This record gives sequence, C-alpha cells and structure tokens, in this order.
Amino acid sequence: MTDRPLTRNIDLNRGPLDIAGYEAADGYQSMHAIAKGLSPDDVLNIVKTSGLKGRGGAGFPTGLKWSFVPRGDGSPKQKYLVVNADEMEPGTFKDRLLMEGDPHLLIDGMLVAAYTIQANMAYIFLRGEYIDAENALKKAVKEAYERGYLGKNILGTGFDLDIVLHTSAGRYICGEETALLNALEGRRANPRAKPPFPQVSGLWGKPTIVNNVETLCNLPGILAYGVDWYQGLSRGVDHGTKMFGVSGKVKNPGCWELPLGTPVRELLEGHAGGMRDGLELRAFLPGGGSTDFMLPQHLDLNLDYDEIGKAGSRLATGTMIVLDDQTCPVGMVGNLMTFFAHESCGFCTPCRDGLPWVDEIFRGFEAGTGNQKDLQILHDHIEYLGPGRTFCALAPGATAPLGSGLKYFAEDFEKHITEQRCSYKH
Amino acid sequence: MAKIVIDGVTYEVNPSNNLLQESLSQGLDLPYFCWHPCMGSVGACRQCAVKQYRDENDENGMIVMACMTPATDGAIISIEDVQAKKMREQVIESLMISHPHDCPVCEEGGECHLQDMTQMSGHNYRRYDKKKVTHRNQYLGPFINHEMNRCITCYRCVRYYDDYAGGTDLSAQASHHHVYFGRQDDGVLENEFSGNLIEVCPTGVFTDKAFSKRYSRKWDLQVAPSVCTGCAAGCNTSPGERYGELRRIVNRYNSEVNGYFLCDRGRFGFDFVNSENRITAAFRRNRNGSEWIEEVDTGDARAAVANLKKTSVLGIGSPRASNESNFALRSLVGQENFFAGYSDLEHESMQLINNLMTNDTFHNPSIREIEQADAILILGEDVTNVAPRIALALRQSVRGRARELAAANQIPQWQDAAVRELAQRELSPMTVMTPYATRLEDVTTHSIVDSISGLIAMAQSIANEISNEAPSSSEANSDSNKEARDLISQIANELSEAKRPLIIAGSTAGDPKTLKVAANIARALSANRSKPTDLCLLSPEVNSVGLSLMVNSENSLGKALALLSSGEVKNVVVLENDLYRRASTASVDAALQTAESVVVAGHLPTPTTARATLVLPSTAFSEHEATYVNFEGRAQLSYQVHRCHSDVLPSWRWFMGPDIAHVDDLISLCASEITELRVLSELISGADIIPGIKVPRQSHRYSGRTAMKANINVHEPKQPVDEESKMSFSMEGVPSTKDSNILASSWAPSWNSNQSISKFQEEVNGELKQGHVGSQVFEKLSAQQSYFEITNSPQGSPCDLTISFAQQIFGSDELSAKTATIVERMTPSYIGLSLEDADSRGLKQGNTVRLGESSAIAIVTIRSKQKTGTAALYCAPGEINPFDVAEIKTICKSDTKQAVGDLDCLQLSDHWEDD
Repeated sequence: MTDRPLTRNIDLNRGPLDIAGYEAADGYQSMHAIAKGLSPDDVLNIVKTSGLKGRGGAGFPTGLKWSFVPRGDGSPKQKYLVVNADEMEPGTFKDRLLMEGDPHLLIDGMLVAAYTIQANMAYIFLRGEYIDAENALKKAVKEAYERGYLGKNILGTGFDLDIVLHTSAGRYICGEETALLNALEGRRANPRAKPPFPQVSGLWGKPTIVNNVETLCNLPGILAYGVDWYQGLSRGVDHGTKMFGVSGKVKNPGCWELPLGTPVRELLEGHAGGMRDGLELRAFLPGGGSTDFMLPQHLDLNLDYDEIGKAGSRLATGTMIVLDDQTCPVGMVGNLMTFFAHESCGFCTPCRDGLPWVDEIFRGFEAGTGNQKDLQILHDHIEYLGPGRTFCALAPGATAPLGSGLKYFAEDFEKHITEQRCSYKH
Repeated sequence: MAKIVIDGVTYEVNPSNNLLQESLSQGLDLPYFCWHPCMGSVGACRQCAVKQYRDENDENGMIVMACMTPATDGAIISIEDVQAKKMREQVIESLMISHPHDCPVCEEGGECHLQDMTQMSGHNYRRYDKKKVTHRNQYLGPFINHEMNRCITCYRCVRYYDDYAGGTDLSAQASHHHVYFGRQDDGVLENEFSGNLIEVCPTGVFTDKAFSKRYSRKWDLQVAPSVCTGCAAGCNTSPGERYGELRRIVNRYNSEVNGYFLCDRGRFGFDFVNSENRITAAFRRNRNGSEWIEEVDTGDARAAVANLKKTSVLGIGSPRASNESNFALRSLVGQENFFAGYSDLEHESMQLINNLMTNDTFHNPSIREIEQADAILILGEDVTNVAPRIALALRQSVRGRARELAAANQIPQWQDAAVRELAQRELSPMTVMTPYATRLEDVTTHSIVDSISGLIAMAQSIANEISNEAPSSSEANSDSNKEARDLISQIANELSEAKRPLIIAGSTAGDPKTLKVAANIARALSANRSKPTDLCLLSPEVNSVGLSLMVNSENSLGKALALLSSGEVKNVVVLENDLYRRASTASVDAALQTAESVVVAGHLPTPTTARATLVLPSTAFSEHEATYVNFEGRAQLSYQVHRCHSDVLPSWRWFMGPDIAHVDDLISLCASEITELRVLSELISGADIIPGIKVPRQSHRYSGRTAMKANINVHEPKQPVDEESKMSFSMEGVPSTKDSNILASSWAPSWNSNQSISKFQEEVNGELKQGHVGSQVFEKLSAQQSYFEITNSPQGSPCDLTISFAQQIFGSDELSAKTATIVERMTPSYIGLSLEDADSRGLKQGNTVRLGESSAIAIVTIRSKQKTGTAALYCAPGEINPFDVAEIKTICKSDTKQAVGDLDCLQLSDHWEDD
C-alpha cells in the first residue's frame, strides 16, 4: 500500500524500474487479479465505484465513459484503446514525468482499460518531442511482451493485447481526442463531430476509448489495493491522488503527486516554495493555459474539480501557471493567444479567423498601437469563441485566460492604450 | 413528419433532416457555406447559427448550428434571435478578414454565394485593420482558374472533389488561418468532374477559365434551358450567350438526371459552336474534273433538297442530331429509305436495347435511381468515359453500405464526416467487368479485366449461378478453377442479396452479346425477386435512343453504303454526321464517290462534308429548340439559347416543306407519327403562363441592349421576335422564375447564386416546383420470359492480340473534341498492353507501334491490369478510324520519326510504372 500510487516508483536520480523491479513493487497485480476471475463487467464496476475522473482536463468519470462502449455479441468485434500522451497544454508536464519515470505503470493501466472494453489493440499517441518517454516506453513495451503481459492469451485469460507506440507529428489539436484519432488514421488533425462519440465510432470507425496517461496510471492501484484504499487517498470530494505542477516565478517549480482536495496554498507556498523573493503573486491559471485566471483570494480553495469550477475556473490538468506582479498580464495573455492562434486546426471559422485577429491585437498592445476599438473586438471575441459557437473546445479554452484576463487586468489593458506602450518594459 | 417551431411559427418537417435543410425547404432564409444540399453537413463554417430552446419555458436558449442539429419533433428555434444574428454577423466578419473584396473584378460577382450571405447576415463595415493573409495561386489546367485569396475556407471544394467525386489531387493544406486548398504542385486537376468546383465554391476561388477569356456577368448572359449533347446521359444545362458567342455552360438542376453536377466534357466542350470554321452558308461542290465550290442561296438550296424527293434517294440519320431533324429527314426520304447513322454493330445493339427497354422484366433507372443501387455489375462499359455523369452517380451508389451502417448506428445521413468515418472503406459491392481497367477501380469490389468473350463467359456463369434457368457458358465450369468459381458465386450472392441491384451494359463495348448476357443476369434477378430489376443500358450519344426509334431494323448504315456504292441509289442526304466515324474509310469512300449527289447538313467541316455535293449549314445545339431521348428513354426539351447567322437553319428546316412553320408543329407531327415518341407532345404541352406573353431569355438586369450594336448603327435595332418559342430574345415578359419548367437560371431575392435553386425545389433535393423532369418514351410491355441463348466463341481474331476499343471523355465525342480547352486535355492514340505482351514484342512505355499495314500509329502504354493477350486501343479523332484497324493482323514497333505527342493527359487507374 502506498499513498503515492502514481509516483512511488519514480526516482529521477535513476532510470525507470525495469519489469522485474516494477513487478517486485506490486506491478502488474491488476492483470493477475483479472486472471483470477474478474470479468470485464467486474472491472468496470470497480472503476465506476472508485470515482476516478479523467485526468486529461475535462474530469469526466472514467467508468461512465467506458460504459458507453457497445458490449456483447452484437457489438463490433474490433475495439481500440488509445492513450492520449500528446501532452501539449501550456504549462503541463505531468504525463511526461509519469512516462519517463515509470513506463510500466502506464502499460499496466492500459491492460486494465483494454480488458474492460475488450480492445485487443491499443495505441499510445505520444507527443513527438517526448523522446525520453518514447525510449522508456519502447523498452517497457518490449519487456512486457517478453514477460507475457502483452501479446496473445495474457496470463491464460484468453485476452490478447497489442500495443503500438505512435509518435505524433505535432500540433496541440492532436490532444483533442477526435482530432487525435484523425491524426492516427493519417488524416488532417481536425476534430470530429460529436455525436457520434468515439466510444461508438472512433478509430477507423470502431468503438474506441481515448484516455489520458495519468488516468490510466490510476488503474493499477485501484485494482491492486481496492476502492476503499483509493478513496481514502483523497483529502476532498474527488477521489485519489493527482499530479499537480507549478510553473512561473516560484522558488521551486515542479510536479508533485498530491491527494485531491489539497489546498491551493499548500501546493503553491509549500511544495513550490512560494514566490521568488521580491515578487508578489498576481494571479494563477490553475490547470494549464486554457483555464481562467484565479486570484490570491482563491488560495484557500481546495484542488477539487467542483470547487475550482465553482470559483469560475477549471482544475483541468492540475498544472498551475503563476503570474507575478512584475510580469505584464497583457503580455502573458497575448503569449497564450499566439499559441492558440497558431495551434488552431483551421476547420471552423471563429477559431481559425478569430484567434489570429485576437493575437494581432495583442501584438498591437505590445507595440504600443492598441486602441479602444481593439479592446471592444477582444470583448466581442469572448462570446464569439465560446462554448457551442466553435466546433471543438480549443477556442473556448483560449477564451478562458482571455475573458478572465480582460476582467481581472482591465487596468493594465487600459494603460497599454492610454500610454501606447507596455509599462512593464523598461 | 415532425412539428418544429421557428420564430413562433409551427412547421411540419422531416425529422431525418437537419434544421438548416428543413428551414431552407420551408423557404426561410438562413445563411450557410459548408453545408451543401447533396454533400450534407460538417459544421465547419458556423454560419447557420440559430438559437434553440429546450422547451417553451426556456427563455435563454443556446446557440446551435442548424446544419448540425436534427429537426426533431418539438424543436423550438429562432433564426431572428439577436444573439444568433450577432453570431452570424461575426462569422461573416471573420470570413471577410482576408477576403480581397475584389468583387468588381471577380468573376463570381453577381452570382456569388458569399456576397449573398454577407448581405443576408447584415455585416457591413470592416473593423479588421491588420495585415491580410495572402496566398500563391496555382495553374490547375485549361478549365479552371485558381484565386486562393478569395477563399473563405468552407472546405466544400475538397469535400466535393475528394469525397464526392473521388479526386485525389486536391487537398486542404496547412492549418489555422493559412489553410490552403490546392494541388501538391501546379498542374491539371485530373478528375473528370473538376468543373463542378466552379459551382460548389461559394465564392471566386475556382472560376471558369474559358469563360474568363470572354467574360460577362451572369445577368448579361442570354440563357435558356438546354440539354447537354456530349453523351447519352442527357444532363440539363444552362448555356449563356452574349454578343453572338456561346460563353459558358453551367448546371441546370433536374432531380432525376444530373442533380447539381455536370462532367467536364459537358461543361467545357461547347466552343465548337463559336468555331470560325462554322459552315455559315449553303454551298455546292462540283466533283467533276477540277473541284470548285459555289455558294448557294438558301431558297435554291431548299428547292434542291425538295427536288431530291422525286429521285432515288436515301437519308442517313444521326445519333447526335435531334428527334426533329432525324424525323424531318425520314419524312423527306420516306421511312424505308431512312438509315441508321451509327455503325452496324451499334445498330444491332440499339435494336436490342430498344427491345429490352420496353420489357417489363427490367426497370430503366434514372441517374437518381442509379445512386440508390446497393449492388452493381457493370459489363463491358467504361462508364466514366462513355457517360461520365453516371460514373459520378455510381460513386454515390457504392456509399449505400455507409448509409446502412450509419442507420444501424443512429447516425443521421446528413452527418457527412461522421458517416464517412464510420464506414471507412466499406462500400456496397460493385463488380466491373471490362476489357481494360476503368477509372472506377478505386470504388470497385471486384475488378475483372478480360477480353469481351472472356467477360461474356463469366457473366453467363454469374447469371446461371443466380438462377439455374439462365443458360450457362458452354466452356465455363469445366476448366475454371475454384478461385474463379468462388468469385462467380460471390458476385451472384451480392447481387441476389441486394435490395436494389443494378446491371449496366451498353453499346460501346462493341458486342451485342454483352447486352444479352446483362439482360440474362437482370432477368435471373427479376425472377428471384419477383419484381423488375434495374437494367441500365448505355448508348454513346445524345440521341442514340431517339434515332433508333425511327430506323427500321433492316436499315443499317452498311446497307445504305452498299446501296450507294452499287449505284442502286444515286442520291444521299446525310444528317449532322461524319460517316468516317461510323464505318471504314474504304466503304464510305466507295459510297460517296459513286453517289451522284451527296447532301450533307452540318455545323462544321468534316471528311464527309468534304465529299458533299451540297452542304447545308445547320444550327448547333444552342441555336435551336429540339428534343432528345437519353439513355434511359427520357425525352427532354432543349430550348434555343441564342440566334445565329440567318443562313444557318435547324437541319429539319432544310428537309421539311413550308407547311411546318414552327418547331412545336414538327414535334407534334413527330409525336403523332411515331408511336414510341408520342410523349414528345407532353414536352411542349404547357400553356403560356399569361397567354401571349413570352418568357424572356435575358434577365431583368440585362445591360447594354440599346448600345451593344451601336458600332454598327446608333439606332437601337428592334429586338428579334421569336415566333416559335415560348421564350423571347428580350428582357420583357414573365420571368422564368415563375415557372421552373423553363427555368434556365435560378434567381430569388437575396439569392443571386446557383444556391437559389432551393427556392424552386419542392423541398431541398426534391423536384422543381411546376418542374418537368422529362417524359419516358418506353412503355413497358409484358415480356416474353425467356433467356437469351448466347453462342460465345472467342472471335477468331486475325491478330494475336484481342483488341478492344478504349473510350476517352475528352476525344471520343466528336463535337466537344473540337473545343480548344478540351483539345488541351486530349490524348493521342494509344494502345494499352500487358507487361508480358509488351516485353515479348520488345516494346517499352512510350514506344510507338504501327497497326497492321495501315499508317496508323499508336503510343504504347503498359497497363498493370491489362489481361495478357488483349489490348485496349484508343483511336484519337482525326488519327485513326477504328473501323480501318478492326481487322489488323500485326502490331509492330514503329521507327516513325513523326511527332505523335505524349500521353501526359491520359488518366489511367492501372498505369504501370517501371521501378
């Protein structure tokens, strides 16, 4: 038993555990548990009861997601499990740590998920730049095949699973699960219409579950130590532990596994060591680039999906970007807009043509040419790029820092216009 | 039916459609770009935003895209909602960010969906003051201009070109606001249906290149409803004329025939009408001693023709001339002296086709019905190159499997991307049995390439497998291996299990036995299904079927030529036909040289007019009103679009006496005299909307009428009066927009582009209101229930290669091949060989061969699917008369130094590449 099921094997001073080391640390117990007589429905029920929510950003209950996959004799024989390892959310580096630090944990989790939905083919869609993760995973997959955890008739269960590691050609939109599937099929990485959801018509038109790396890494522990243990890990409403990260001008930026429900202040001031000397906390994005700003007044909230949601932002990836009082908030939002504009796939109009305009306006503020009309256009775009207006969540994600930034930093925007310069630059 | 509420008004709608389609079907205005009536929804442009409310108590509602939301019973939406309107305005504002606003010099201007939608959305003033994104344009071949800066990124072009038409060389490239639609490199757009991009693109990215060179605004073109004469499909077109020149052709919607799309032959192959070589006056040629030519007065020429009646004369009709002209010639010479204007083999095929078309064991499917077939067998026909529009329909038929899968997974059919994603490469079964691989290869389940006799034998086995009452092939079963037998039973099963199987054969395969065995297969299916099976029998030309209904079965062209060369008949009248395309050079030479007088009516000089003693100038398709019968027996009326030189007359006028003043009178006469053509009277039966008032061919915005002839005379000439037609050469009258029957160019307030067609349809994709889709000439007779006995022995070919004749979309049709842009896409004569046959003769890709003892030269192309022992020979117009080389004994490498061109324009699905 452990209170850090995701990172207990990770030691950055050495390489990841090999399969023997991983097995010795209770690894692959989940597959042994299955071999002892857990049916896919049994596993589904365990995962449902555990309360595990997807760690990719949306926080959707994992068991519920799996339950939409057609089961039984009439369902398509071919089903797929796809691991979303295309970690490109600004400020997010949690999956990287998991894959580089303990690749067998991911494979272990994939076995549970694939067995539950009865997929005998799984793909890891890995961010192309994650070369260390790629090497670690390649080695781990090879070991798992050799040890009989992958391939045909795994541990005599009659269940087969093959894993293919696919390194992405790049682009943020590939993290959107349906665009990821298109990319994996060799098509343009444009998102697909939902419905139909991938659970019904996913990769190559077959039922598919796309799960985030961290989500899958939660599964071995749940199966090995049980639901009660898992639920006991948390300090808040949501269950289990979560990877939390902090970047920005803090004393000790990094990534930690903490119980859900940990107060923001504990993460920021405790683990990350607080702001660097001479700097004050101005605001923070709690879960990556596409979440709304939160203010120092929110420091005593707990890191739970609902609690952060009620405060007007999202827990999302749980990786915090910190803004200090010496950094221009307009510049920070503008930097994010440059990223989102560049990463738009170009499929739907508001995102494709709206974000670059927003980006151009921010460049104008930086260059000292911004005006009130520009500000009005930015405000117009908050609704125009919002949920329901665009084809996927990319542009609505971009409006999170944009909308909250315009609200919280209105004075800074005004100052850029009245002074025709960025006053943070000396 | 479902009830939905739109802005407080309740409408009855079809719940299997989406809100956008149903709103348009109700006649409401809701702007859109990426949705297309026959390509469904993808939700890219976000232009059709509306507000949807959960129920009557929901006061907030939420913005949804109408095209992506099903029209479910009880739905409550608002188009007029302030937020929805603002959203639509914002979408336009975004789309216009980098648009060049070059409407005054853009050829789309005035019929631009983007202009219409911009106005409809209410976006007026530009706020964007940053730098625009600009693109480099590409050379896309002779048909289409590319101006990417106008692009609004609706993705319609790639969805049409790749997904709908099966193209492979146009793609969406790059991302964010740099998305680019083009080819990987500059070059000709290869797909046979590329011209539809011009109409599918909602703005001016893809425009008509030939039209550019003599451009006119839509409203300045004189237009009338017309029928394409490029093949037997009978697609409906709208040709436009100005300053006496035919400028362009665009699609004219007919729900049963071409729908929204044309092929490139039909769209671009009309310029022969404007040719400077047009015959504009009657002339006489004296062939005795030194040749001389003299122009003849129209009256004298008509008298000379009338005088022929008193002599021994025969007439040769034409499958590319109208019913009226063929009928007039038949009336002139008498039915017993009226002969077929196509080859003897085709005559035999056409007689058989007519017989089968009246047989109630079979159904003659329209193109729309072809799209609904769920298992297809094509025997012998290269559909893409013979009747291209039908090949485009077949590409939709094979998606039936996708439609089934979508239904089973509760995915609405209009969710285009989702349906394609679900189905992936799963297609309804299509078997293509042809003497060379066709362009449908990529959507074919079973592609069987063999000699025609080999194909017939296999097809017989298929018929026998479906019903053992169908005669089997004599040599089959004995030597065929298990693999072949399995394939036969698989094909038979696929056809037997289909709800709507379709068998396609035709006359261009060159062997009437293919028609018989195709009919046997269809008959076997009909017997098992106890209902008629779709049997589509293709003929090559616009009025092959019409002509065949007028010619006695014994009156073949060969017989006519024999009567002439023996001197038994002294005089001949040839209607709009180059006989050197119909029979061997020697036989035509002999006939025409012996005849005392050879009268030829035509629009352009041909080898036949060069032998004429009297040449009569005839109007081209856009210069007369006429009826044609398409491949399925659908008679359609084509109106005169514009006037021509006063000495040029419709051919029928040269042949008929003065008592027939109007074409309508002739049509009535033809309908009363020929039982099979009695439905022609239906085509002209509609009464004037307001008696005495005609429908203008010119739009209410037609400009310059008072000035366009000022260089000749400053006095405005009186508008020419059209005594004959329901239409006038003028702007005045009742606009055709009141009567879709004579709707040449759709227009509705706020809808200037072709998208306005939805205002004239009963519902989106439905029939036109008051419309006329044509009349079926074949009345089904209760049939004799017997199978054809087929003696199929491989023809004792004098050559060691069994030769079949290949067709080309650009080249095989006589008239379109005289259009400059089409010529750019034409290929010289080629012979397709298997690698083995090429190797054994020491031939390499691109070598030239001499065909027998003739001087005919063809370029070798090695085809990976060509059956060893067979060859596919394409005889380019003006190069090889196929009837001269049918009997050749040898094919040997030629050391000719003469330039024969290259095969760069040749599109093959099985081009062999040396690696």
